[in-house]
Amino acid sequence: MKKMITIALAVCLFALCLAGCGAKKETLTLNVYNWGEYISDGSEGSLDTVKAFEEWYKKTYGTTVKVNYTTYASNEDMYNKLASGAVSYDVIIPSDYMIARMEEEGMLLPLNFDNIPNYQYIDENFRGLYYDPDNKYSVPYTYGVVGVIYNANVVDEADAQGWDLMWNEKYSGNILQFNNSRDAFATAQYKLGLDVNSTSHEDWDKALAELQKQNPLVKSYVMDEIYNMMESGEAAISSYYAGDYFTMLDNQAEDVDLRFYYPDATNYFFDAMCIPSCCQNKDLAECFINYMLSEEAAVANAEYICYASPNSLVYENEGYIDDMGEEAIEILYPELSDFAAMYNQYAYRNLDADMLSYINTLWETLKIG
Amino acid sequence: MKTASRIYTAIIMLFLFAPIAILLVFSFNESKSLSVFSGFSLKWYKELFNDSSTLSAVKNTIILALSAAAISTVMGTAAAVGINKLRNKYIRAAMDSVTNIPMTNPDIITGISLMLMFVFVGRLFGSATSLNFWTMLIAHITFCLPYVILQVLPKLQQMDKSLPEAAMDLGCTPLSAFIKVVIPEIMPGIITGLIMAFTLSLDDFVISYFTVGNDFQTLPIRIYNMTKKTVTPKMYALATLIFFTILSLLLLSNLSDSSEAKPKRRRKDR
Repeated sequence: MKKMITIALAVCLFALCLAGCGAKKETLTLNVYNWGEYISDGSEGSLDTVKAFEEWYKKTYGTTVKVNYTTYASNEDMYNKLASGAVSYDVIIPSDYMIARMEEEGMLLPLNFDNIPNYQYIDENFRGLYYDPDNKYSVPYTYGVVGVIYNANVVDEADAQGWDLMWNEKYSGNILQFNNSRDAFATAQYKLGLDVNSTSHEDWDKALAELQKQNPLVKSYVMDEIYNMMESGEAAISSYYAGDYFTMLDNQAEDVDLRFYYPDATNYFFDAMCIPSCCQNKDLAECFINYMLSEEAAVANAEYICYASPNSLVYENEGYIDDMGEEAIEILYPELSDFAAMYNQYAYRNLDADMLSYINTLWETLKIG
Repeated sequence: MKTASRIYTAIIMLFLFAPIAILLVFSFNESKSLSVFSGFSLKWYKELFNDSSTLSAVKNTIILALSAAAISTVMGTAAAVGINKLRNKYIRAAMDSVTNIPMTNPDIITGISLMLMFVFVGRLFGSATSLNFWTMLIAHITFCLPYVILQVLPKLQQMDKSLPEAAMDLGCTPLSAFIKVVIPEIMPGIITGLIMAFTLSLDDFVISYFTVGNDFQTLPIRIYNMTKKTVTPKMYALATLIFFTILSLLLLSNLSDSSEAKPKRRRKDR
């Protein structure tokens, strides 16, 4: 008898949980899954994009929308969550190589661009890139280019050229390298003129040899610790995203003078808005994407994130140019004429599992010494 | 000797509190940097209270921790009473080990297996989203339970078995004997269990990470996800506030403990 009651209680508990998520359909819900700190959130007087969308929707259509906005820390985290089938999302913002992979695996829905009229403001240069050649699945959100950051009080202006600076023995103990296999290998590959998406083991071995040559000069392998080490002058040379350079510039100590330049060959990335196949309300998701492209939201997001925006409403907006400063605009938006070609040549592509595990072995060889 | 022990204490205190002190100091920094202190300001506290998504993550974390702690305390106390009544030595040993599994199991395994189970059940019922607040609550109760049992069971064993029997002799029903005699006797264990469950649930990352849904994100996960860009000093401000809240709660509970302890002793003397 007791056992029966226990089982009955357990079943009730489960039924209750499932009923909890099934019921309540009066207001629309939209589940957005984005990188952490990757949207203007209302701090320092900026626009709270998610709240603004809810208000705008209510005013325009008279229906209440509840946006469930959650975040992830890496493309792989996001991919695993979606692939597990545990949770459904309506809008996601993965990076280029992940979009290509998800497309291949049928995890994305083709967009209906009639619902996204603001797509017209995305420049020709940013359309038809390798990860979405037919412009079917994605709307670009931000892009960025990796450059070299150095402290001009330590580094001679004459040495600040190309990737060689990161291998310059004069600055031994002052150099920071990515603590992430793909990004670290890429610096060596660009330096040697190799393809970052090469599938030949030999190419990767060459890159490893180059990194091993650099190893004694490197102060440490870092990811987001880079901000503090560069700002305080603890290290003088590193490579990172242009947008993040401005964050460091704002916080640099008095005796530090940070500068930035692009080597000829370098990494490009795109993050773009997509709708995954588990989407529950596609029209609403497209409406949200369209809103993210509107001038108000796009400018606020671009100012918050500090990465370049592919939206002409942003980079032609005078308020935005004023706020960012002319120097920042020049760095963030390098010459556009051959952007697509450069991007397709230098951006990371998804490598197969065997290749990735080979790279990991090499990376461990480097780190262990 | 005395100075040596003082130095030793000082070093221990330094190791324990230096990280918190640094966080505290830089939460009042004017700029975003963790290395350059450019001036005193309350800016990040103001920012924190304007950041609706962080505040809702704080709210979620507290709701989850309070409900998980309350439910697991009730369930754990009941389980401890049941285990304590088991006569068969082998069954008892088996029950003890089974309840300890969630505690000794690596978090990551508990997390993944809970997620798989939730997805399986969700698929069975054909829902698009099988992870939500309720599944997260179940997950948190699961890993809090053994800690509550572990706190309550020894108190039950220490208790004089004739106490509830005497109460029933004097006319109590078994239920009222349990409420009036057993519960007060094991109360310290229940409260410790409650506090442990609350703090465990409050700062759990691994299991939450696997069972988090699309509408309910807790603070540890939100902070972890900030690592694409840098963690903002708003979080230092938040950590400082949480630290002082916990500190004052601790002080309060310790003060009330010491004032409670006295009358109790007197009662025993009689």
